[in-house]
Amino acid sequence: MTLSPSAASSGRSSGQRPSGRRRARFSPFVRQVFLYLLGLIPAVSDIVRGEMNALGPNPVSFCLHDFGLWAFRFLLLSLAVSPLRRFARRDFMVYRRPLGLLAFTYAALHVVFYVGVTRHFDGRVLRGDFTTRPFLIFGMLTFLILLVLSLTSTRKAIMMLGRRWTRLHKLVYPAMCLACIHFALAFKTWHVEPFLYAALAAALLALRLVPRAEVRTS
Amino acid sequence: AGLNPAGALADGEAAAAARGWPAAETPTPKNDVTHYNNFYEFGMEKSDPAELSGSFHSRPWQVQVDGLVEHPQTWDLDALTARFGHEDRLYRMRCVEAWSMVIPWQGFELGALLRAAGVKADARYVAFTSVVRPSEMPGQRSGLFSLHWPYVEGLRLDEALHPLTLLATGVYGDPLPAQNGAPIRLVVPWKYGFKGIKSITRITVTDKQPPTSWNQMAPEEYGFYANVNPDVDHPRWSQSSEQIIGEGSLFRAARRPTRMFNGYAEQVASLYKGMDLRKEF
Repeated sequence: MTLSPSAASSGRSSGQRPSGRRRARFSPFVRQVFLYLLGLIPAVSDIVRGEMNALGPNPVSFCLHDFGLWAFRFLLLSLAVSPLRRFARRDFMVYRRPLGLLAFTYAALHVVFYVGVTRHFDGRVLRGDFTTRPFLIFGMLTFLILLVLSLTSTRKAIMMLGRRWTRLHKLVYPAMCLACIHFALAFKTWHVEPFLYAALAAALLALRLVPRAEVRTS
Repeated sequence: AGLNPAGALADGEAAAAARGWPAAETPTPKNDVTHYNNFYEFGMEKSDPAELSGSFHSRPWQVQVDGLVEHPQTWDLDALTARFGHEDRLYRMRCVEAWSMVIPWQGFELGALLRAAGVKADARYVAFTSVVRPSEMPGQRSGLFSLHWPYVEGLRLDEALHPLTLLATGVYGDPLPAQNGAPIRLVVPWKYGFKGIKSITRITVTDKQPPTSWNQMAPEEYGFYANVNPDVDHPRWSQSSEQIIGEGSLFRAARRPTRMFNGYAEQVASLYKGMDLRKEF
């Protein structure tokens, strides 16, 4: 096991055991579960408020769009983990899986709401949607990628896939790009918000292009 | 057959329907009619018009009527209502975004105003202009990504003279609130909602097809006619059905099939005889 830089520094300042490692109160697994449950709060809040008629005249569309937005946010957060470790020496690697799973969960809620609640599983309409409308095709491709990444996020899948797992999970980059396009096309006019989100996404993806060697010498 | 009974327009009700009173319709709750609006002058969110229109002054108000008319005139709003009065019209409203409402308007026929103005023989179209007041309309201050102001709309002259075409000054028995287009707006119930230009300041009769705001923004998505048509999809979504605002639940949106000309085909289909509505959408 390697020591994370943040754990090392905090150990030093508090002058604890020679290993420099402070015992975490909760195991990584418990912390992952805790973050995941925390991340579900917006969904629970939307659904409760929707059932209480507190989301305005169109609660269906509110939830549909809010779920999509949270999927985007968690995808951004999951993509921030490795740059944070590399450039800011903050290690949240243990939280990357729950963040990715949250992105998938919200994307799934978003899709289920679209397909079931708003389209009533109408096959004819949905076939048209997902074959002729680029806006929806981009969204669906994003969801399918997140689905594959979620299904292969178990420890067992990581072991089985070995080095191929890393390559497979680089699909999160195209997923992020597709989500940006889907979001930008979701409005009747250009809105500022999708461009702000896309700028964040572009920044996080661009950090991955910084050559390794430069970092080591700095 | 197969239509939602609440929205069906039975044969034989044509006379009532011609006056805009399809008997079986249930009006959308007032709070939804006044809090779920597209009025980009106040902001892009549906809640923006109700929330951000507090400083908008709809009185005093004048409407200029000019162009190819015998008697061009600038009307004070009160003079307009004194001259033309107002009657109740219960109309279906179908938004291009595939949702719908049923709205009890008060107003008078645009045709009455045009006849009073005396339309000249070479007139073909009617152009409408909305208000520009960035100091009172926050959506007009951040125009970079939005529509160009003023919002403009237009109708063919025969559409403008049709008895269903209304200049509304009230809704639900009250004067129009700012978010619904105070103090006077257009309502054309067989067309998508965006044709219903709000807060009108000028009505110009012309011989050329006037520019229209959404058509300028995205010509492949919004045509000049914008007739409700379940067979001509928006490039990004199907128009075959519509969500009924104010009905249904969080886990099941209320939907019904969209009808040709929003259910007013009997009254208006003849206006478009011989036209290819897929091309002239």
